[in-house]
Amino acid sequence: MSANLVKIGPLSQPVDIGDEIAQFSPEIEAEIDQHLAKYPVPRSAILPLMFIVQRERGYLDPPGVAYLAKRLALRFTDIWEVATFYSMIYTEPVGKYHIQVCRTLSCKIRGAGKITEHCSQKLGIKPGETTADGRFSLSEVECLGSCGTAPMFQINFDYHEDLTPAKVDQILASLP
Amino acid sequence: MFIGAIGCEPLQLARVHLENSRSLDVYRQHGGYEALKKVLNGMSADDVINEVKKSALRGRGGAGFPTGMKWSFVPKDSPKPKYVVCNADESEPGTFKDRYLLERDPHLLIEGMLIAAYALASKTCYIYTRGEYRYLIDIMDQALAEARAAGLVGANILGTNFSCEIYTHTGAGAYICGEETALLSSLEGMRGHPRMKPPFPAVSGLYASPTVVNNVETLTAVPDIIKMGGEAYQKLGTEKSGGTKLWSVSGHVNRPGVYELPMGYDDMEKFIMEDCQGMLDGKKLKAVIPGGSSVYIMRADQIIGKDVRMDYEGLVAAGSSVGSGGFIVMDETVDVFESTKNLTEFYKHESCGWCTPCREGTDWLVKVFKRVADGAGRLEDVQLMLDLCDNIEGKSFCPLGDAASWPIQSAIKRFPEDFKKRLVNGES
Repeated sequence: MSANLVKIGPLSQPVDIGDEIAQFSPEIEAEIDQHLAKYPVPRSAILPLMFIVQRERGYLDPPGVAYLAKRLALRFTDIWEVATFYSMIYTEPVGKYHIQVCRTLSCKIRGAGKITEHCSQKLGIKPGETTADGRFSLSEVECLGSCGTAPMFQINFDYHEDLTPAKVDQILASLP
Repeated sequence: MFIGAIGCEPLQLARVHLENSRSLDVYRQHGGYEALKKVLNGMSADDVINEVKKSALRGRGGAGFPTGMKWSFVPKDSPKPKYVVCNADESEPGTFKDRYLLERDPHLLIEGMLIAAYALASKTCYIYTRGEYRYLIDIMDQALAEARAAGLVGANILGTNFSCEIYTHTGAGAYICGEETALLSSLEGMRGHPRMKPPFPAVSGLYASPTVVNNVETLTAVPDIIKMGGEAYQKLGTEKSGGTKLWSVSGHVNRPGVYELPMGYDDMEKFIMEDCQGMLDGKKLKAVIPGGSSVYIMRADQIIGKDVRMDYEGLVAAGSSVGSGGFIVMDETVDVFESTKNLTEFYKHESCGWCTPCREGTDWLVKVFKRVADGAGRLEDVQLMLDLCDNIEGKSFCPLGDAASWPIQSAIKRFPEDFKKRLVNGES
C-alpha cells in the first residue's frame, strides 16, 4: 500500500480535465478489451484499466481520465473518486523508478528506517519527493507482505528483500 | 527464509520446494487435480459441502469462520449467477503466507476454487489480488492459461458438464479491500468501502448475487480435504480447529519464514525457541503479536512456561487470537509504545473514511501518539487513548475500527511501563 505522499495535491485542488482524450494503439485497445471481457459490468475493469493508462502515460493524467470515462461510459467524477481512493493510482507524475520502502512493524524493527535514510541520502530527496531529473521518487509505504525478508522495498512492481545499505547501492546502480 | 512444515507432513506446502512447482505437469505428477476428478466423478454439491463441514476448516483470512457453514449459506434456489471470489488481498501487517502459495503452487488454488465453484454451482470465479503482488497475478494468469489449455478451466471441465471460468483481478493499494464486502465494492469498480451486513455476501454479494469470498489459504486447503476426507483432515488438528495452519513468522527470530503447523501445535515457546531457532543475537523475548497486527499483543511471560497451544481456542485462552497467523516476534530492544504507534499510523492510513468513528478516531489517536512521542505527553493521555479506542471499538462500520483499537488497548494493558515512562520523564 503506497503512502499518500505522491498524491497530496488532487484532493484539494480542482483539476481541469480539458478536452483532450488519450489515444492508444490497437494492441493496447485489444489488451483493454481482454480485461473488459472478464466482467459482466464494464465498471469492474476500472482498476486494471487505470494501471494500463498509468503504464502508458506515466500517471493517470486528465486525458487518461477522459479516456476511461468514455470507454466505461462513466462520468469524470466516477473515475476520479476511484482514482483518489487507491494509493497505487497516481494522479500526479512520479519518477521513472518509484522506490517504496515498507515502513510497517516487521520491517521497522528490522531496520526499515535505515533503508529509507540511506535512499534519502543517496538520492538527495526526502520521502514524498522526486529527483529533479524525474528518475526517482521515494515513498514510505505500508506493509507489502514481505515481513519474513525484512527490510524491503518495491521499485515499481519489483520486490527487493533482505536489504542492507550495500545491497541498496547495488540495486540502484543496476537500474537502466 | 524458511518455508516448510513442523510437527506434521506438509499439506499446503507439500510442493513448494519442487523444481517448476508452479507448472501443471509437476502439479499433476504430485497428485494435482485428483481431488477435482473425485468430485466430478460422483460427489454431489452437498457431499462436498459436508466434507468441508466435517473437516472443521475455519476461514484462514483472520476471522476464523467455519468454511463449510459459510458455503451452506448460499441459497440453492436463487436464479441469479453465483460467484466464488478468492481473497488474495493479503495486507495484514506480518502476514505473507498467501504470497508463497500463489508463487509456488498456483494450481492448488485453481483446483480449490474449482471444487468450491462446483459445490456452490458457480460458473465464474475471481481472484482479487493486492495490486502490489503484480508478479503473482502474472503467475496466476500463466497457470490459468495452462489449465484452460488442458481442459481444467472453461467449458465442460474434464469432459463433464461442469463449466467454470476463473479470472484474476487487481487491487490498487488499499488494506480495507481485504474486508470481504469492501473487496466486493472494489471488484465492482467502486471505492473500497465496506457494505452493510446483512445481507451477507452469501445472499447478496458481487453484483447483488450470491457470493462466497474465501482466503487463499482456505481455498488451497480444500483439495486435501476432498482427497483424504473431511474427518481425516480434522484429525490433523483439534476438534474445533481442523487441519494445519500456515504461520508467517517475522521479527527478531533467527529463522523467519512460513511454517505449516498442525492446529493445536504444542507449544508457542518451543515454536519460537526451537523451530524458529530462537531469538536473534541471543536477545530476550519481550512480546509477540501472534496473528497479524490486529490481534492482542502478548507479553513474554504469557508465553514462556505457559504451554500455549497454537490454535483458535488455545490462543484465546492465552489472551490473543490466531487471526491471519502473522506471527511478529519482538525482542527486548523494542519499545511497545513505538511499535503500537507504528501500527496506529498504519490503521490511520488505511481507514477508508466511510464511517466517522474509524476515520476521525484513528486520526486523533495518531495525533495523541505523536504528541507523546514528541515529549509533550500529558498524564491523562493514556486514558485519552483508551477513551478514543472505546469510541471506535464496536462502533465502527466494519472490523477495521476494532483492529485499530485492539493493539492499543492490549499494549497499554500489558506494557503500561512503556507508555508511562514517556509521560513521567517526558522522554521522547
